Amino acid sequence: MRIPTTVDSPVSLTQHVATLTPGARVVGIAWLKAHLAMALTDGRVLLHDNGTTVEAAAHPGGAAILCCTSDGKTVLTGGEDGRVVATGTDGTATEIARDEKRRWIDAVALSATGAMAWSAGKTIHARDDKGRVRTWNAPGASQGLCFAPKGYRLAIAHYGGVSLWFPNATSAPQLLDWKGAHLDVSWSADGRFVVSSMQENALHGWRLGDKVSHMRMTGYPAKPRSLSWSHDGMWLASSGADAVIIWPFQGDGPMGKAPRECGVRRARVTQTAFHPGAYVVAVGYDDGCILLIRLTDASELLVRPAVKDSGITAFAWDKAGKRLAFGCADGAAGILTLPT
Amino acid sequence: MADKIPVTVLTGYLGAGKTTLLNRILTEPHGKKFAVIVNEFGEVGIDNDLVVGADEEVFEMNNGCICCTVRGDLIRILDGLMKRKGKFDGIIVETTGLADPAPVAQTFFMDQDVGDLTRLDAVVTVADAKWLKDRLKDAPEAKNQIAFADVILLNKTDLVTADELADVEARIRAINPYARLHRTQNANVPIDAVLGQNAFDLDRILEIEPDFLEEGHHHHHSDEIGSFSIRHEGAVDPEKFMPWIQDLTQTFGPDILRCKGIMAFRDEPRRFVFQGVHMILDGDLQRDWKPGETRQSRLVFIGRNLDEVAIRKGFANCAA
Repeated sequence: MRIPTTVDSPVSLTQHVATLTPGARVVGIAWLKAHLAMALTDGRVLLHDNGTTVEAAAHPGGAAILCCTSDGKTVLTGGEDGRVVATGTDGTATEIARDEKRRWIDAVALSATGAMAWSAGKTIHARDDKGRVRTWNAPGASQGLCFAPKGYRLAIAHYGGVSLWFPNATSAPQLLDWKGAHLDVSWSADGRFVVSSMQENALHGWRLGDKVSHMRMTGYPAKPRSLSWSHDGMWLASSGADAVIIWPFQGDGPMGKAPRECGVRRARVTQTAFHPGAYVVAVGYDDGCILLIRLTDASELLVRPAVKDSGITAFAWDKAGKRLAFGCADGAAGILTLPT
Repeated sequence: MADKIPVTVLTGYLGAGKTTLLNRILTEPHGKKFAVIVNEFGEVGIDNDLVVGADEEVFEMNNGCICCTVRGDLIRILDGLMKRKGKFDGIIVETTGLADPAPVAQTFFMDQDVGDLTRLDAVVTVADAKWLKDRLKDAPEAKNQIAFADVILLNKTDLVTADELADVEARIRAINPYARLHRTQNANVPIDAVLGQNAFDLDRILEIEPDFLEEGHHHHHSDEIGSFSIRHEGAVDPEKFMPWIQDLTQTFGPDILRCKGIMAFRDEPRRFVFQGVHMILDGDLQRDWKPGETRQSRLVFIGRNLDEVAIRKGFANCAA
């Protein structure tokens, strides 16, 4: 694939964007092979394929979808109705779980092998690929869950740190402690690093191993709620500033190294998504603008100009890295197809 | 400011009548839609479409300040609610009887995402006319809730004599003479006495506190929580005042529950208005002093074991 760039004048890719109108704030977006799935705050999951749209009543009755994830085969959503729902490419919505007290589902996660996890307050559930559900009460409510890249192990962000839990083991979860409230959590593809976003406008990382070491990544003006690893795991892009902040994770991690800051604008970065095969990152801002930025020379391509009240809320690259889907706060969405 | 969703916080000791007030607000024919955040989810019937259970999780902010606490559950729930913006006109947070109102209030000043989309309208405390006196003796939470309030409903007045009522009212006033007080039975109060207070709006600080203009609010009493106001006729030097108030709230933040003030700075045509919750200060230059208006600086402190003499002396040193 070739990313067209020039140094002198910013190249626009806007003519390669097809617009979609899902009609409600996009919570999450994902490619299920050829289908684009969009999870919306009004409880619907839309499946878009080549001009036709199928609507899945994932959370009927107007309950908002609060969290969303995908493994490329299914979209897993959690809602205000206390339900966890898996939606497939044919639009079938399957209820995975229902909280008995109808508490909000705050986070969902999927593993590479089809295991699922979800949280309602402090209660964490993990369901292995055979459908067996295990439950653990975390020290605090969790908004961030992430499976290890290999093996059946779940990272759970909460107040005071991140817990690493083997749901099928009887041993207590390993606590990666760090003072403060941890919101989202992400595990590097090589399994060596766990990184959380914090209430205190910072990222915190742990290098796993015999002796766990800490990595503090601070200086954000806002909470860095969107994290994305480069395809080779060497870089971690983050939101929360007026530029995308990209930390180097070669070797022992980013300690003592400065991050890259690309795409500085008078707006806040809300979403980041690394290309699945190249050092290119999609950067979405709260003013609706989207840039594609090449890490090697920081060159920028315009995907979407600023649109009032249409801040970027979701990104998804397709597996081949040819299409980038995005969703917005005002119910707009679009697909960029990279020119070949 | 105008399009931020107002949030009303209902506090009060167990059994004072919070849920009665909540249901009264929700069922009055005002045509407004509310999202309600409750503790002890689902235990008491609440007549509303959108009820969310909270778990009162207090976060200490990792900034070295011991009283900088926020309610993590509230941040999470408000974040979720605001994603469906446009579906309701206001949010009401009902706290448990044991809750400290400060972390709730501080959430709106400490968390930028919350502060960008919502605003704290007022802290409304429901007090039981019969039992409040006992609670003030044995429950520090009850005292905090009275001290913190912008609006106090002295409820269940039908269960006490006129003398008892006057006595409990005097005790409330000794702690917090600045709140608006309503005597009620069955929490029966017009909705506009509770909602739309703009109590944390710098522009409204004077309008909602007529008591504020009166001099002589010296409340010497044995209660550890109390209040006092200071009035200064001449101009104030901002170069002296700003470091003083910042240092004061940093040093005594845990004991200063709330403070408010209007300052007449030297050579400044506009009024400087500030308010604080523990260590968190919020202030701005506001409207011009009106022609004929007395350029007079006023401050109010509500807190625990405050050294009134030292604070008065400290402020006197800020004179221009």
